[in-house]
Amino acid sequence: MARASHWTFTQDDADNITRILQLFLQETNSRSAMLVDRAGQLVTTVGEQPQFDATAFATLAAADFSANDQLARLIGETDFTTLFHQGERDSMYVADVARRLILVVLFDTRTTLGLVRLRLKAAVTELTAIFERPADADAGFDAAPGILAGAEDDIDRLFS
Amino acid sequence: MSVINYASREINCKIVYYGPGLGGKTTNLEHVYARVAPETRGKLISLATENERTLFFDFLPVDLGTIRGFKTRFHLYTVPGQVYYNASRKLILKGVDGIVFVADSQVDRAEANIEAMQNLYDNMSEYGYDITRMPFVIQYNKRDLPNAASIDELDQILNPGFEVAETGRQKPLEDPNRPGTMLVQQLESGEWVERAPTVEAVAVAGDGVFDTLKIVSKLVLKSLAASS
Repeated sequence: MARASHWTFTQDDADNITRILQLFLQETNSRSAMLVDRAGQLVTTVGEQPQFDATAFATLAAADFSANDQLARLIGETDFTTLFHQGERDSMYVADVARRLILVVLFDTRTTLGLVRLRLKAAVTELTAIFERPADADAGFDAAPGILAGAEDDIDRLFS
Repeated sequence: MSVINYASREINCKIVYYGPGLGGKTTNLEHVYARVAPETRGKLISLATENERTLFFDFLPVDLGTIRGFKTRFHLYTVPGQVYYNASRKLILKGVDGIVFVADSQVDRAEANIEAMQNLYDNMSEYGYDITRMPFVIQYNKRDLPNAASIDELDQILNPGFEVAETGRQKPLEDPNRPGTMLVQQLESGEWVERAPTVEAVAVAGDGVFDTLKIVSKLVLKSLAASS
């Protein structure tokens, strides 16, 4: 079997991401920020814990972003780096991070789109620095020892 | 692409059900949704047309247990089977860890099966993924129908085997789920070939649905273990 491509989020990664996003939420008075990988998997949520199904939300947000990426290409753009969905009370702003993740910010009338957009640039730059670390070509950035190394028997037991 | 999250102690993997239109991909997910304990699964999301044809995808997250303190969470997706939805079908393959090809066993669907399989190979290679080197299971669905082709016939057109070039992998390997059937074998011509594991199913009745899920998820975790 070929080496599976995967990436690992260590506790350090999670702490750094949380620190960056918490500061962003404070500065902009936004409600919450979610980091989602391009394949639709939720990496982390910071701020108000969502009252909706966050897993489904992450999947739909990633699909939305990917669909828009293709729309961009059809009109001759390489991509749309950000998306904005405006609601009556709640809105969401979605931005690309290092071409591997998307950052979804939920905010309401306590802030403005301009402020969110302004501060988001700095947050995205900081997040990009985390995710653009040199990567092993096969394994993403597997900094931590592989949790599944030698776990063949455990896997067999899980399905027995 | 699997995501191993040390902070939430989760391993997330993505499995995509692929295949011709009306082959039973959505039915597979609906059966899993109906039969697993509610606390181990999330919502079943369907982006479908008014007449229940999949427009973009169906999505169902399921937890399959814990390994070494990490929850194994599988995100199951289907793609729209209809030929003209290729753009959305391709998007769903992004970051896939394992593929289930749901074939329609009916004789008159042979062409649709072949076309969907070719489309899968094309879309995967456009992403630079090599389907012959990743977890891949073929489900022969609708085995209960009177016009179902034989497994041998289906194997011939959909699962003829791909060449195994590396000498390290050139050793006979029996399919643990189909005793007497070989996954890796040497042909009379001397060439070594590997076939994808197959499962017979009647998805509307639930037959073979969990066997398929079990085989593909196990392959995904094992390939992840091999890369650790």
